[in-house]
Amino acid sequence: MLYRENGQFKTTYRDDLAVFPIRQDRVFIGALLAVAFLVVPSLASEYALRALLIPFLIYALAAIGLNLLVGYCGQISLGTGAFMAVGAYAAYNLVIRVPELNFLIVLVLAGLCAAAAGMLFGIPSLRIKGLYLAVATLAAQFFIDWMFARVKWFTDYSSSGSVSPAAIELFGLTIDTPQAKYLFVLAVVVVLTLAAKNLVRGHIGREWMAIRDMDVAAEVIGIRPVYAKLSAFAVSSFIVGVAGALWGFVHLGAWEPAAFNLNLSLRLLFMIIIGGMGSILGCFFGAAFMWFLPILLNQLPTALGIPISTATIAHLELMIVGALIVFFLIVEPHGLARLWSIGKEKLRLWPFPH
Amino acid sequence: MTSLHTQVRLAGVALAAVGTLASAGAYAQAKEQFFPILSYRTGAYAPNGVPFANGYVDYLKLVNARDGGINGVKITWEECETAYATDRGVECYERLKGKGPTGAAVVHTLSTGITFAITDKTATDKIPIITAGYGRSESMDGTVFKYNFPLSGMYWTAADMLIQHLAKKEGGFDKLKGKKIALVYHDSPYGKEPIALLQERAKMHAYDLSLLPVTHPGVEQKAAWLQIRQQRPDYVFLWGWGVMNSTAIKEAVATGYPREKIYGVWWAGAEPDVRPAGDGAKGYNALVFQSPAGKGKVHADVMKYVHDKGQGTGPKDEVGEVLYNRGMVAALLSIEGVKRAQVKYGKKPLRGEEVQWGLENLALDDKAIAALGFTGFMTPVSTSCTDHMGRSTSYVHTWDGSKWVKSSDVYQADMQIILPMVRNSAKKYAEEKKIQPRDCAKEMAG
Repeated sequence: MLYRENGQFKTTYRDDLAVFPIRQDRVFIGALLAVAFLVVPSLASEYALRALLIPFLIYALAAIGLNLLVGYCGQISLGTGAFMAVGAYAAYNLVIRVPELNFLIVLVLAGLCAAAAGMLFGIPSLRIKGLYLAVATLAAQFFIDWMFARVKWFTDYSSSGSVSPAAIELFGLTIDTPQAKYLFVLAVVVVLTLAAKNLVRGHIGREWMAIRDMDVAAEVIGIRPVYAKLSAFAVSSFIVGVAGALWGFVHLGAWEPAAFNLNLSLRLLFMIIIGGMGSILGCFFGAAFMWFLPILLNQLPTALGIPISTATIAHLELMIVGALIVFFLIVEPHGLARLWSIGKEKLRLWPFPH
Repeated sequence: MTSLHTQVRLAGVALAAVGTLASAGAYAQAKEQFFPILSYRTGAYAPNGVPFANGYVDYLKLVNARDGGINGVKITWEECETAYATDRGVECYERLKGKGPTGAAVVHTLSTGITFAITDKTATDKIPIITAGYGRSESMDGTVFKYNFPLSGMYWTAADMLIQHLAKKEGGFDKLKGKKIALVYHDSPYGKEPIALLQERAKMHAYDLSLLPVTHPGVEQKAAWLQIRQQRPDYVFLWGWGVMNSTAIKEAVATGYPREKIYGVWWAGAEPDVRPAGDGAKGYNALVFQSPAGKGKVHADVMKYVHDKGQGTGPKDEVGEVLYNRGMVAALLSIEGVKRAQVKYGKKPLRGEEVQWGLENLALDDKAIAALGFTGFMTPVSTSCTDHMGRSTSYVHTWDGSKWVKSSDVYQADMQIILPMVRNSAKKYAEEKKIQPRDCAKEMAG
């Protein structure tokens, strides 16, 4: 009843092309952003900000980056963790070697470094497809892991191979409180999400999708695979690289190469598969599913006062999350984002479904 | 309508999540001191994580049951499973740090990776972090690392004492010249930490150091042991943890490398490391950190007050194992830090900031250790504003096929070599992090 678009006429092309054509959606997103920017920082506990929301937002951002590549362009990548590492180490080296740089510029440059690395490792995609490409990007993961563990210059010759940069400074302000960190990450995520959403609606996104759906046909209608695939790798890795820099600087604060290992790549891939391939919204669902759910399950027995040993809880957590992943994939192979849109469809007809 | 139901259910899950978030924070004021426990009872490092956590929890239980808490302040704790993963460790730390009436008193991570990530946060949260025998080596410099306490030893002192042992065995430091030493290490900050010192010592004694990294979790080490087969080093140092240790010993058996020439750090010298290798582990050596295997007065108390009442955290047989004992000593260090701070701030639940003072002014001599029932299971610890480690001593024990046997004299780390390295490294950290080092002389006066 509430969610109905009757009477909302699109009278201009501009209206027709809007990101959120339905007024209720605009109101909802606006309210969500207002809550996220204004209410959450003042109400949420430090734990919620630092341990739940900040990692969630960064995961969602990295998932968006990966989704552009896998979900929109159809190029499977197992090297996401490595491209995050490139972003993080590039940002670290820029900060210690050129301390005058504004951190926003550092973030952009770190993203560009990751984009360059992504394009380099994306070259094989011009010749190979599917699982073979996945293996090629796996090579990126191993090579970059190895590089940051072995080439001492990247870690500023630290004896243990781990790095710990100073807190971020932005326009004279030090971003060190949980609230400031959260707002900073949120702002970056919102801007890049909007950019990604618009990219996939534009001609580049359509080229990617054409390549994904059938590359030969796409080539026949005049899409250059080289340009489409490499641009997907570049844009994807840029976003992933920025996410990596945020992960290192804002979330961890100090890290070692193992923080960006294959595990992270796989986890991000699971996020977009569960959230929904080819959906920006799905990235947020997937990140929430993979980050909040295990933590919730882990705390539930203690919160309810059920005496179970820590080890049993940990095992139960793994089993339940695994079972739920299988469950959701069987019920809705297109991910949580698809469930969301089905829900919206139903809501449009409610309470008089035909 | 199934999908709508699913939606409703999802919303329920989300609401429950918000509920748990909101409830964290509201706690009644009580005379309780809260200890967070970051443990790992699952994953590749569980064989070593479990006995340590059991020892830690058992000692907390003992102090509650036998002494009624710390001078009347009851001890509470909560465990959080990290699976040795840095991101989950950070989440656990954030989850537990605010619990109890005064927040977390002091935290042990039992993971170098988590230590690195949390060090950044403890300074602003004002919660001390004890990394007895591990962590950042430069963190013994209390002027830069106000909240870090690598009590009684860190990787540089361990590596130093191993070299001293070899020198003694060979008949002098000059005899080390030209000897080949291979370091088989976990490829993480944990395994890389000793390299700086071993290289420093290599410059002094002209031995050959070859570095053989093993990637996490350490079950695949064929490449490293192939190199050992080719190079035939005179000695192998093993810097592993969890399944990596037992795998290394099995690989040594397969390679035919004599176990007598392998020396593990104190994290590679417990029962779970040698038992899986069976008879093959006989002759394998490792350093001892604070407590060897065995039982003393305190173990009798643990049996009497905890295990015999059915309150034991783990199986009875593990009481007195190396890592169990180390867990107990870790708990003891936490509690003694609080006890020391109570002298200054009163017998009430203390904040992390106050416990920091206690840990910085620890003075546990042999007499105090005897009073605690830890004679033979702990080395004296005394700390100061500049020195957050205290004296680091150790000796080598050897696995005879069924138990660990002491097999060397007691060594003391040569701080003349280590201290300059610590100061340099801490200075670099302070510059990078923009930390103004504390002026200890001034603080003492004030």
